[in-house]
Amino acid sequence: MTSPIVRIQHVSYAYESNYALQDINLEIPQGAFLGLLGPNGGGKTTLIKILLGLLKPQKGTIDLFEENINNFSNWNKIGYVSQKANTFNRGFPATVKEVVSTGLTANIGYFRFFKKQHRQKIEQAVDLVGMSAYLNTNIGDLSGGQQQRIFIARSLVSDPSLLILDEPTVGIDSKHVSKFYDLLHRLNEENGITLLLVSHDLGTITSHANGIACLNKQIHFHGSPETFAQLPEYELSKIYGHSLQVVTHDH
Amino acid sequence: MLAQFFEYEFLRNTFYTGLLIGFIAPLLGTFVVVRRLSLLADALSHVTLGGIAFGLFMEKKYGILFLTPFYSGMGFSVLGSIFIERLRTVYKGFQEIAIPIILSGGVGLSVIFISLANGFNTDLYNYLFGSVSAVSERDLWTIIIITIIVLTAITLFYKELFMLSFDEEHAVVSGIHAKIIHFIFIVLTALVIAASLRIVGVLLVSSLMTLPVAASIRLAKGFKQTILFAVIFGELSVIIGLISGYYFEIPPGGTIVMISILILIITISVNKVRGYFTRKRAI
Repeated sequence: MTSPIVRIQHVSYAYESNYALQDINLEIPQGAFLGLLGPNGGGKTTLIKILLGLLKPQKGTIDLFEENINNFSNWNKIGYVSQKANTFNRGFPATVKEVVSTGLTANIGYFRFFKKQHRQKIEQAVDLVGMSAYLNTNIGDLSGGQQQRIFIARSLVSDPSLLILDEPTVGIDSKHVSKFYDLLHRLNEENGITLLLVSHDLGTITSHANGIACLNKQIHFHGSPETFAQLPEYELSKIYGHSLQVVTHDH
Repeated sequence: MLAQFFEYEFLRNTFYTGLLIGFIAPLLGTFVVVRRLSLLADALSHVTLGGIAFGLFMEKKYGILFLTPFYSGMGFSVLGSIFIERLRTVYKGFQEIAIPIILSGGVGLSVIFISLANGFNTDLYNYLFGSVSAVSERDLWTIIIITIIVLTAITLFYKELFMLSFDEEHAVVSGIHAKIIHFIFIVLTALVIAASLRIVGVLLVSSLMTLPVAASIRLAKGFKQTILFAVIFGELSVIIGLISGYYFEIPPGGTIVMISILILIITISVNKVRGYFTRKRAI
């Protein structure tokens, strides 16, 4: 077995004196489609921010691609689609091509310009999410689901091995959600991209991901969706702090 | 009509300056507008007025001529831009509060220095509303240098500026030095305002950065096209505004702004008509 591309060991993080994360241990193997579940305020976004190097944990170590996060510099290997990605100003005059190009800005670096090979990459990324017909359309003229695809293309354009999606389906029409998961499956299976999908929505995620981790300050469960579905209710309520039912969707 | 503009040196200087600011003001203005910082330009122009009043005061009271109002205005504008950035970090939750603070501070300083310099004169009137005869050769050279600085900076940092304008969080996560880029951007804005005020005047200088962009956004597809149309509208407004201002003996600030507003109204109506026809076709 190859070593995991993300290894989190004994990580704790506190805002002031409140622990948001306590002694987290989690490994993500290459090629996984891991759903990270948990209630709002359970520390999901904090964990993501730590993985992206935006927050430094007070305790514990993190390895990304077998390198300690403090020495890690290959950030283009990690794509990130923020929860807030689709809260941008809809009147912003930018075409799909221009929006996706910003995914390469940091890669190309200061004082360098876009070249032909970059333009090809942009077109490929847009093609991968099935939006080629809209390359020159203003982003504000697209539907919410289409915009979400464009933001995924933006994070795919730098060829990441790991794609982190923070609540990507919030604010998307339910009829587009299943199409959206189809795209994620394609990226995972055909393109070999490891996915970490953060959500508070139990139902959809358990029927799509091939691994589930539950986070509420601590990791309460880490295993396959099948085992997760068979968890007794009191286990779940321990995670969520109240009782709830898991609805498994078929796809 | 244009011939007259090239007959006299001062008109020639004005015309060249007009062409330069008609280009850089809407260019930078596109970033200003999409970042929702239109009022920032207003605040900076009022600080510039404070600097101009200071220069006039120094000129009158102490006979200091090397620091002309144009240069002291530019200095105040740049200092004001740095101060706004400081204030924005102090008041993280209310970033827009920096704008009224700087704006009223600028007007306050202006009032003090204007009265210390014994009040209103033609010079000040020209600075407020613009003039076709105010650009000296030295001013023109300064404006040429500012244009070169602005064009170089925008070319070098275009992709970072665009990314920062579209999605600041994403830019920061990707490792773009947002603070440095923003700082460069705001100093450029201050320089463009200082460069434009000889012709458009302090009170109307922000309009040259925002009105052509407002018109352009209605028609353009994408960001680059928005810049292109904004520059075309900016140049049109400046050229027509300068010539008509000269012939009717009106400060060009007024005519340039009214031409920009006319263009804006035309683009809005064109869009309405276009929308009407496409809807009809769809039915």
